[in-house]
Amino acid sequence: MHRTPTRADSRSRQSWMVNSSMNELIKLSATELAAKLRAGEVTSVQAVQAHLDRITEVDTALNAFLHVNAEEALAVAAEVDAIRAAGGAQAQALHPLAGVPIAIKDLIVTKGQPTTAASKMLEGWMSPYDATVIEKIRDAKLPMLGKTNLDEFAMGSSTEHSAYGVTRNPWDLNRIPGGSGGGSAAAVAAFEAPLALGTDTGGSIRQPGAVTGTVGVKPTYGAVSRYGAIAMASSLDQIGPVSRTVLDSAHLQELIGGHDPKDSTSLANPLEGLVAAAESGAAGDLSGLRVGVITELQGEGYQDGVQARFEESLELLKTAGAQIVEVSCPNLKYALGAYYLIMPSEVSSNLAKFDGVRYGHRVLPEDGPLTIERVMGATRAAGFGDEVKRRIVLGTYALSAGYYDAYYGSAQKVRTLIQRDFDAAFEQADVLVSPTAPTVAFELGSNDDDPLAMYLNDVATIPANLAGIPGITVPGGLSDGLPVGIQFLAPAFEDARVYRAGAALETLLEKQWGHSLISQAPAITADSIAQKA
Amino acid sequence: MSTEELVDFDVALEKYDPVLGFEVHVELNTKTKMFSDAPNAFGDEPNTNVTPVDLGLPGVLPVVNKTAVEYSILIGLALNCQIAEKCGFARKNYFYPDTPKNFQTSQYDDPIAHDGWIDIELEDGEVFRVEIERAHMEEDAGKLTHLGGAAGRIQGADYSLVDYNRAGVPLVEIVTKPITGAGKRAPELARAYVGAIREIVKNLGVSDAKMERGNVRCDANVSLMPKGAEKFGTRTETKNVNSLRAVEHAVRFEIERHAAVLDSGEKIVQETRHWHEDTRSTTSGRPKSDADDYRYFPEPDLVPIVTTADWIEELRSRLPEPPAERRKRLKADWGYADKEFRDVVNAGVLDEIEATIAAGTTAAVARKWWMGEIARLAKAADKEIADLGVSPETIVELDALIQGKKINDKIARQVLEYVVAGEGTPAQIVEKRSLAVVNDDAALGKAVDEAMAAMPDVVEKIKGGKMQAIGALMGPVMKATRGQADAGRVRELVMEKLGL
Amino acid sequence: MSAISREDVVHLARLAHIEMSDAELDKMTGELGVIVDAIASVSEVASSDIPATSHPIPLTNVLREDIVGQTLSNDEVLANAPDSDSGRFKVPAILDGE
Repeated sequence: MHRTPTRADSRSRQSWMVNSSMNELIKLSATELAAKLRAGEVTSVQAVQAHLDRITEVDTALNAFLHVNAEEALAVAAEVDAIRAAGGAQAQALHPLAGVPIAIKDLIVTKGQPTTAASKMLEGWMSPYDATVIEKIRDAKLPMLGKTNLDEFAMGSSTEHSAYGVTRNPWDLNRIPGGSGGGSAAAVAAFEAPLALGTDTGGSIRQPGAVTGTVGVKPTYGAVSRYGAIAMASSLDQIGPVSRTVLDSAHLQELIGGHDPKDSTSLANPLEGLVAAAESGAAGDLSGLRVGVITELQGEGYQDGVQARFEESLELLKTAGAQIVEVSCPNLKYALGAYYLIMPSEVSSNLAKFDGVRYGHRVLPEDGPLTIERVMGATRAAGFGDEVKRRIVLGTYALSAGYYDAYYGSAQKVRTLIQRDFDAAFEQADVLVSPTAPTVAFELGSNDDDPLAMYLNDVATIPANLAGIPGITVPGGLSDGLPVGIQFLAPAFEDARVYRAGAALETLLEKQWGHSLISQAPAITADSIAQKA
Repeated sequence: MSTEELVDFDVALEKYDPVLGFEVHVELNTKTKMFSDAPNAFGDEPNTNVTPVDLGLPGVLPVVNKTAVEYSILIGLALNCQIAEKCGFARKNYFYPDTPKNFQTSQYDDPIAHDGWIDIELEDGEVFRVEIERAHMEEDAGKLTHLGGAAGRIQGADYSLVDYNRAGVPLVEIVTKPITGAGKRAPELARAYVGAIREIVKNLGVSDAKMERGNVRCDANVSLMPKGAEKFGTRTETKNVNSLRAVEHAVRFEIERHAAVLDSGEKIVQETRHWHEDTRSTTSGRPKSDADDYRYFPEPDLVPIVTTADWIEELRSRLPEPPAERRKRLKADWGYADKEFRDVVNAGVLDEIEATIAAGTTAAVARKWWMGEIARLAKAADKEIADLGVSPETIVELDALIQGKKINDKIARQVLEYVVAGEGTPAQIVEKRSLAVVNDDAALGKAVDEAMAAMPDVVEKIKGGKMQAIGALMGPVMKATRGQADAGRVRELVMEKLGL
Repeated sequence: MSAISREDVVHLARLAHIEMSDAELDKMTGELGVIVDAIASVSEVASSDIPATSHPIPLTNVLREDIVGQTLSNDEVLANAPDSDSGRFKVPAILDGE
């Protein structure tokens, strides 16, 4: 009764093999690669070089990377290799993921590499400081391969709203890789990187994960420091891991998580036991786990193929001992509305700092007097794309005198109602489950003239951001040859639960298919690259 | 510069009642800024006391300075305010190049302190109670320098330079409720109120309170209503009136200006006014407009502050004695007359006199020195009395030398000058300069004999019972002893020699 | 809830400091109208007795000790500046009240 991925049948698996520069190293998960590095079977320089080669080979077509950080990545890799070779206490003290390359969403600031937020506004800007997560990655010595593409300032669900060109979905180069973190998801899906960092404000990690057949996690709000993630909507933003396996994401979240005195909304204590939860979930036993199916996040509005994969996943969870319960969160029907009031409101304020005074572009008005007001107006007109402007103006409206109570104020109340719904649901269930996105990846350009249609992609992911709870997406199979994601949600602080449930479903599905979903992605052929480059 | 029509102050006050309101911004003297760990320091090289947070770089987040919160609570307590059990920060959104994020992080509908009062004593002792609406925390902006065109003025400038060292310095804004009933004393009250706030925050140790450095800045609201009316008139807000004298003058000017406008049958425009010290007048600033839609909303990057009773009580225990109460106590302790005490207060030497008495002199002696010779020396040196460098111990020592008849008053004043010039302690100076009075009877006796011999008529008068004539002998005796004769002993010797 | 007028958008664009052409204003007016209509339903459910949630995870009293940390050098501060002079950022004339 379970469908195996159709693409695996219809397209030659051998296409991977004929690819001239194909390197087995890039197919390893981060956990597998880390083990080989520790065992001395491969060096970090080899691993980094293999991924850089892959980027050189396919990224002209994908455009997942805005900046490739080859020199520094190789230097860090060489340093790790030297420490390992020397052995002793220093080698012992290395982080387990040391030497495993990682890609960084270009919304997260990095010293020594440009940070653009995929906006013209920040073209050429060099941050004089590192984000807290970047400090952690440097301390753990993960070579940074570069900065990945996104919708400008993380506003969008398709990565079409980048000032530096669209990113394409490795499963079908004519389709979107999701957004806003399409670059990180595409890079991981196309084996350009085993790990990546994303940010998730309304689904920007999970929805790209779903449509590229990868794993992505939005941690509990505050579990990972936001210091150095260019703010989109402060009360919703959260940095999280992107990977091809649940276990890899668990490792990465443990690395980047923990209290940060620079972020006032950072949780006081680190969330622990994520890797252990993923490992226990992978053992495949979900006895006693109550899995709640959210009535409002399925069925109508969800593509048939998506709904079918979702229902199959529920069946599989049952076979592992999970108890499936139906829960209702009636206020979720207001979630999208609340989100599209709160998010743009915070956006309108967070993006005010981009004015051409201290950094970034400055554009002078074409005619008329040269005043700072007019320079700011011209700079922001030229520096921001349409979607960013739309949200800034919408947020300005929602906060303006006379509308605050009806809009922003009401949306904050809806937020309370949604939290209450989740609280009630988590009385009945340990985790909640839904499709991650209502559709598979859509074709590039199909939502160009309809911002509302694009917003609907986030209907299942937004509630977690409003409530601050953790969510994961894991590959759930294919529909019309394109990946479908399954989302698990857990109560705040209980990130371990989404790793356990996610890892269990991943293992169950892979056992059934006999392989991972991502291994079935079609090759990115030289022809297709030439065509899209 | 001002072309404004004015009505004579007294005439204006016959027709109108002024209503005042003040927003006083106090810069706290914490070590670091409100939301970043950059130094809160004045006078450093431009753009050196900044972190990524103070520049509003992409990705940065604020973290609240605990000391700034505590200082704010202390100010609230000193102003007899209620301290909010829970409060938070909000964003006030507006674009201006001195504001790095293009919003100011401030408090909006839940200030940390609210509903307080402060009694303001005017110079003649009349007391006005000013009610405090709120005291809230916020951050200062950077500093703009306007260049080109009319240098220093915003109008006509070609360009401006921005220094963000001050951006993010913690501020407490103290807002009064409307102040009615001051009448003709409104300008005086304005000055006294701002002076009292300055004194309180200085006394608390939470601000350097130097108005010339902008540590205490005042926006003064003024409106007039016809005498006896209850509905307030339209107000104007005169911004950045930054000395006590200016506060008094600005309020006076606005009363005179409002009266002229109202008398002519026109309406006051609700606007900000700029104060010009050189012309002692205000000019029209910016009218209220729809651009003042600040779109306040709760600051999502900061979490609420909850003040527990324990925390507040701990802070309350740190409160020093309020300046007004202290003055009342000291006046009673020292037994000064009203005017004497007022002079002492106005001279700003309460601390010095208190310390001098504590070190061992009488209240009268302490006052004599601080209000007399020390004040004179300070004036001559064009310095504040406190900055002259005279220690209470110096006064105690001088007084002891006088009491011990080592020196007389006149010499003591000389010695003080040498102390100020840095020559040493009074005792060292007396020794080094051989200034001790001559009370050696042999030497004195000789000088007295010579003086009596030279002035027989005077001697006759003394013999005849005119004791005050002894004074006439004093001059020659002092001359002979280079001013170091002990006048009392001279007198005794004269009487002995005449058998009186 | 009234739809957004073009005048509203003119005002909002000015508040947001984004210069817009007539064509952009027209387009924005239409798009915002549609979006606002679609999301206005939130005000239906929000009754006055429901508290607002501004932070998803309720924390309080996250305070920093008053200890000086690392600052940027003046060179770092101005490295990305579009224009600067004498250690400061240089901006065109500020016309107060514009």
